[in-house]
Amino acid sequence: MAVQFSEEKLNKVKEIIARYPEGKQKSALIPVLHLAQESFGGWLSSETMDYVASLLQITPIEVYEVATFYSMYNLKPVGKYLFEVCHTGPCMVSGSDNIIAYIKEKLGIDVGETTPDGLFTLKTVECLGACGYAPMMQLGKFYKEHLTKEKVDQIIAELRAQAN
Amino acid sequence: MGRKLLLDKAHIEGIRYYDVYRKNGGYAAAEKALKSMSPDQVTEEVKKSGLRGRGGAGFPTGLKWSFLAKPEGVPRYLVCNADESEPGTFKDRYLMEFIPHLLIEGLLISSFALGANRTYIYIRGEYAWIPDILEEAIADAHKNGWLGKNIQGTGFDLDIYVQRGAGAYICGEETALIESLEGKRGNPRIKPPFPAVKGLWQSPTVVNNVETLAAVVPIINIGGDEYSKFGTGKSTGTKLISACGNLNKPGVYEIDMSISVEEFIYSDEYCGGIPNGKRLKACIPGGSSVPILPANLLLKTAKGETRMMTYESLNDGGFATGTMMGSGGFIVLDEDQCVVRHTMSLARFYHHESCGQCSPCREGTGWMKKVLLNIENGKGKMSDIDLLWDIQRKIEGNTICPLGDAAAWPVAAAIRHFRDEFEWHVTNPEEAVKRNFGLAHYADPLPVVAAVV
Repeated sequence: MAVQFSEEKLNKVKEIIARYPEGKQKSALIPVLHLAQESFGGWLSSETMDYVASLLQITPIEVYEVATFYSMYNLKPVGKYLFEVCHTGPCMVSGSDNIIAYIKEKLGIDVGETTPDGLFTLKTVECLGACGYAPMMQLGKFYKEHLTKEKVDQIIAELRAQAN
Repeated sequence: MGRKLLLDKAHIEGIRYYDVYRKNGGYAAAEKALKSMSPDQVTEEVKKSGLRGRGGAGFPTGLKWSFLAKPEGVPRYLVCNADESEPGTFKDRYLMEFIPHLLIEGLLISSFALGANRTYIYIRGEYAWIPDILEEAIADAHKNGWLGKNIQGTGFDLDIYVQRGAGAYICGEETALIESLEGKRGNPRIKPPFPAVKGLWQSPTVVNNVETLAAVVPIINIGGDEYSKFGTGKSTGTKLISACGNLNKPGVYEIDMSISVEEFIYSDEYCGGIPNGKRLKACIPGGSSVPILPANLLLKTAKGETRMMTYESLNDGGFATGTMMGSGGFIVLDEDQCVVRHTMSLARFYHHESCGQCSPCREGTGWMKKVLLNIENGKGKMSDIDLLWDIQRKIEGNTICPLGDAAAWPVAAAIRHFRDEFEWHVTNPEEAVKRNFGLAHYADPLPVVAAVV
């Protein structure tokens, strides 16, 4: 897959750069990396990162050091659906360990692994700011909160149906 | 019913949208500030209000504003800290999701006071759907003449932009946030220079929390003096508390800082008590970084006074027997919870979030996590408890930014107040992996004051 934004996304990049004063386009790096990750398979390959560097006229190392620092950037391929389950204190108190164990059992994978069909990746993450609605996980752009085993079953069934 | 200033209109249907917000008194404060007050008068009202930073540090906002350097011909910036990442804290999310215009109006008034024409909202990356809500609010404010050039004919210009982070607790620290906004790793800067002198792109910058900036709206509406009549002593106004853990009604509450901790936990107006008839064991009242307290010290101070939901009362007793208001992330643990395990999860959090710049924090947080995991899993030694104490002492105060302190305090407080639970894990390793220590004596009334110091 050639790494190249569509015309529409290139316009979005221009719009992002315009948020900062002249010459400060490096500030666009984090938003543009989000856009790149969404556009090129849910993760950032070195090719993708080099492309972003060329767009913002910064050196590739400036992109690598940022991409490796922030936890939302995936530096290796992930499944079509990424389950990011919070396991920090408040979620733990509300039963996140049981939810993680259930997802592991249900999908037959460990934390950090992807199902053989490439559909699901399970990750544990640190506090996502939904402590009152725990246990919870991030699924793409949105949160799934008040998780129960039944709710997990339902989410997985819906995603499987959606993928077919 | 407690009096409200921020969420008083939260129940109105459609308050998320411009028309409804405006119809219910929205942008009246902005109109008042821009048309009838000078920037200095706005700052003066904020000073009079006694408003303290709602992100966690509790620093007086008006004073922070007055530090902003104003050299000729250099742009100044206001940055809204919406990086909300302190475990237990989810109040800013509520404000942004449900009453975004309150923040936009607060930003407008504050930018006017500071002379900033370009303002950024830096929001944590995981709140991925909220930028859409904020950008819609910004667009509507633009359409109605509250943003852009020559706002309401006053000659004041302002643009507000939303910047998403990408997953890093450290970016809630203001200089790390600025670094991140410049497109770099979130490594905190050495201070001085402070952001008020050299901040974003080396220009004078003020960084304020979402709730702080939203509070500027009622301050201008009712006046600083009137605002300062809410609350108690130096804890003026109202505070958003995000309550979580073992509670019947977790959620975001606005409190007038004049109620007791006990009322907040047990009254039906707020959290409605603890589910399943369980008893309160411990609480971290201000976000994961502040000291944990056992039930007996949470509800009453060491002097035997009722503990109130104010900055001063929560801090009563210092770190020996008190805690902090912090960000208002109120985490409740019932009698079934294990303090060692909970502390381990927090140590894991800080280890994950350390930026790695300072050795005491980078290495120390990892050590604490490993030692705590050992104790939790029945593989600990008695000397590990002292080792933990030693590690946290060596982190605190020895790092560029407060993340080191934030990582050290929860461990210190857990050992200080729950040492026998740690020791039980060491002396009963087989039991410790099967069951929890339970409530033990942590809710018992304190016999003598000296016993807890």
